[in-house]
Order: sequence, then C-alpha cells, then structure tokens
Amino acid sequence: MTPGVFMFLATLAVISALGTVAQRNPVHCLLSLVATLLTLAVIFIGLDAVTVGFLQAIVYAGAIMVLFLFVIWLLNLQTELRSAPGYLAVKAISGLLCAALVAELFLLLRHAPTAGGAQAAAPPGYGSLDMLATTLFADYLVAFEITSVLLLAAIVGAVALARREPSRRGVSAQAMAAGAAAASSERGA
Amino acid sequence: MLIDLLIEAIKAIVVVVMVLNLAGVLLWFERKGSALIQDRIGANRAAITGFGKRMGLPNLGLVNTLIADPLKLFTKEDFVPDGADKFLHALAPFLALFPVIITFAVVPFGDVVQIGSRTITLQAANINAAALYVLATIGIGVYGVALGGWSSNNRWALLGGIRASAQMISYEIGLGLAIIAVVMTYGTLDLQEMCRAQGGVWFGFLPRWGICLQPVAFLMLLVAGMAESKRVPFDLPEGESELVAGYFTEYSGGKQAVFMMTDFAEIVLVAVLITVFFFGGWQVPWLYRDGFHFPGGAHLALPQLLVAILGLVSFMIKTVLFCWLQILIRWTLPRFRYDQLMRLGWKGLVPLGLANIVVTAIVVVLTSGAR
Repeated sequence: MTPGVFMFLATLAVISALGTVAQRNPVHCLLSLVATLLTLAVIFIGLDAVTVGFLQAIVYAGAIMVLFLFVIWLLNLQTELRSAPGYLAVKAISGLLCAALVAELFLLLRHAPTAGGAQAAAPPGYGSLDMLATTLFADYLVAFEITSVLLLAAIVGAVALARREPSRRGVSAQAMAAGAAAASSERGA
Repeated sequence: MLIDLLIEAIKAIVVVVMVLNLAGVLLWFERKGSALIQDRIGANRAAITGFGKRMGLPNLGLVNTLIADPLKLFTKEDFVPDGADKFLHALAPFLALFPVIITFAVVPFGDVVQIGSRTITLQAANINAAALYVLATIGIGVYGVALGGWSSNNRWALLGGIRASAQMISYEIGLGLAIIAVVMTYGTLDLQEMCRAQGGVWFGFLPRWGICLQPVAFLMLLVAGMAESKRVPFDLPEGESELVAGYFTEYSGGKQAVFMMTDFAEIVLVAVLITVFFFGGWQVPWLYRDGFHFPGGAHLALPQLLVAILGLVSFMIKTVLFCWLQILIRWTLPRFRYDQLMRLGWKGLVPLGLANIVVTAIVVVLTSGAR
C-alpha cells in the first residue's frame, strides 16, 4: 500500500470515528462506526492481512453492527437533544485519559522499529487463510478452544437470562439457576 | 500499462452493464413468466413500432416492461415523508444496491482469452479470498434495507426493516456454512480456481461439477440465497398483505426502482453463485482448452477464441436458467409464517450445514490421505 492510499484511508477512518462520537442521532453514530470498521478492513487488506480484513467486514460490519442497530431500535433511543448537565468531572477525567492515550501513542511511535524491519516485504502467504488457520488451529489450539468455551458460557448465560418462566413466579431465581445449570451441563456433554 | 488499465476498466464496465441488463430483462421474465404460470396474457401493451404486429406476432410487452415502465417510475414524484431522515432515506436504496453489484467483481465469467501475446482472465477482479469477499458484501447488504425501513418514519416500514435485517442475518449463517463446505471441497477460496477444478469428467462421461460432490450445499445455497433476496416465499420484509410494502412503503419513483433493481440483481447473484459453485461456472461438458473430447473418444478441435466464447455462453445460459428457477419458485409457493421462517433458518439450515461440513471434512481427509 502506497503512503498516499494509506493516508487517504486513515483520514477517512479518523473522520468517521470522530463522527461516531460527535453525532447526536444514534443511528448516524452507528453508521459512522460501520464506515470506520469498513475503512479499517480495507487498510488491513492493503497491509497484506487479507483474511483479517474480510473477517472484519463480515463479522463486525456485517453482523455485530446490525445487532447494535437492533438494540438501538428495541430501546427506542432518540436523538440526544443536548449534552447532559453536571458531568464536568467525568468530562475532565475522560479528557485527561484521552490526552494520556495520545501521549502514549506518540511515545510508542518514537520507539517503534523503523526502516529495515518495517520496509521488508511480507513473506509469501502472509495473511492468507492457510497461515491464519495454522496459527489458530495448530500453534494456539488450546487457547483458541478455551476462548470458544468462554463464548459458549456467555451464550448459555444469555439464554438463561432471557428464558421466560414456565409457571410459578415465586421460585424464579432458583428455576433460573437450575435452568442455567441444566443448559450448561447439556452443552458440556 | 495504459492498455492493461483499459482492459481492466472494460471488464469492470461489462460486468456491471451485464448484471443491470439482466436484472431488467428479469423483470420482463417475471411478468410474462407469472402470466404463463397463472394462465394470463401478461404485459402486452405499447407496441410503438408496430413491427411485431405487422409480422403477425403476439405483443410480448417488451416495450411496455423495459421502456415504458422504467420511464414512468423515473419521472414520478420522488416523495419523502414528513419527519423522515432525508439523508438516510435517499442513501438507503443505493446502500442496498451497491454491495450486490460489487459482488459480481469476483465472479469468473470465462476462462482465459489469448489475444496476441496478452492473456486476459475473464474476471473483473482476481481476489484470492473471493469466497470471503462474497460473504462480506452480502453481509453489508443488510444496511440498505434496514435503514430504508427506519428512515421512512413509518411503522410498516420500520417493521419491514426489522424483519428484513433479522431474516438476512439468520440466513447469512446458512449461506456461509454452505459456502464453507464448498470451499473445503475444492480447497480454495478463489472462484476462478473452483471453476477450473470442475473441468474434466468422472467415469469418462460425467462432468466433474460441484453438484455431484455437494448436493446438500447446493440446496442450502438455493434456499438461503432466496431468503437473502427477500422474495416469496421469504418476502416477510415486504409482506404486502400485512405491511403495505414493508421497508419500501414510503419510497416512490426512482428510489423505489433502485430497490426493485436490487431484488433482481440479488436473483442474478444467487444464480451466478450457484452456477460457479455447483455447475462448473463457464465449463461446458467435455470441452477443454483445445476443443471437445467426447465420451466415445471422438475429438473436435476448436480455435481458442471459440472455446472462450462457448464458455461465456454456457455461463450465461446456466445463470439465466437459475434465475428462471427462482422466478418459478417465487410464483409457486405461498409466503412462510414468521416462526416457520426462523425455524427453517436456525433449526433447519444451521444444523444441516454443520453436519454437511463434518461429513465433508471426513471425506476430504480420507480421500486426500494426508495427515
């Protein structure tokens, strides 16, 4: 990727990221976030991480953001009319943290390896699905499987929370716990 | 250098023009086809040249469907409802059409053509991870419909938009699982390589097409693809007997035409994907780069350009056939109920797709003999 293309994409990404936080209408914010994610996907592809780029587009832009849209609709979020009063302390702290983050970035960039390391061409097959699969399913198999168990637990938890009570209301907590236990043991088996 | 760029540009333009034209012709296909199915006459107005009449032919309604109706649509008032999000209302139809059109960039519509010393691949963009690209663009296609419904400030439209996004997200999983099984079978993500792998024959006569290897994935892709295109029997987002016209209730004129065009372009997309994955793409049975090799052992040598043209024609014929199949299904089946739709997606396609992947994986490992 030539520096010109990268600068263009990076500018686009930063502008849409600013749009995500600066706009008042939640749906417009969401669309800006989608634009940010898609621009990042294109940057990934330009940096030879083709698979990661496409997965970013499929998973984040194509699926997770649609779920965000659902949440916005279901909660019936309205346009933010004006900023909430009395949050000066919060604003000050977040501004400070933001400045710290920017400072950290600059520090890292100053000490980042440059020249030789950065200019070298990527090895053949770098970023391909083959290489990604080998890394995930051979080198880091255990970590990968444990992560999927973690996700499964989250799914079971969500199902248990969303489960409607079949009959008596008095024992709801107990039944919920039992249901969750049953569901998890079922999945585990 | 310049001529290379020119070739790429021509390929890209040809693909887009072909898709949009086919989408237009499908409108006529649908009108006359549905008339045929329901024993009606169908579109038969506006014979402005009078040519067919003088020849004693019945009026086929081509002018009516392909010229008069689009003209009417594009000259109508472009109405934006009160309280609508004007920007998104205008953006949504194009947000729906754009991902469908760009998906065709990776579709190989022929093998290679040799002109002089130049080898031209008949594919607009040769991406290694083309199958992932297809999934990505299909995934992004949700936004146009969902935002069209939301920005209209209309309850019917919003309900249609919500239904559309839920349906498309659900069937994307089935679609993805079907494509994963296909990718495992051919061992590549490149659609051109998949088409090449489907050349040759089994037992001396049977073309090595994907349908013989992955019949289950073919059915899944057909069902999930039709659900993605949101047409009967999966037309709940539109549901004209419940939701007026669903997500495009508040659209008129040119923008509505763009939504309609998206539907037809999606039909073409599903047909093209089925052709590429399961019916050899541009492969003609027994045709190789040097000509026909018939099962009996007969050989018919053909010039290289003619082979390429035959491949192109075969690709077109297969695509049109599968478009027709989808129109046939659309005019045959009634609409699903919403719970039936969700049950088919999550309890039908997803487990079936996972089982298909497991079986495919076992067969691939056993036949490759490696590891």
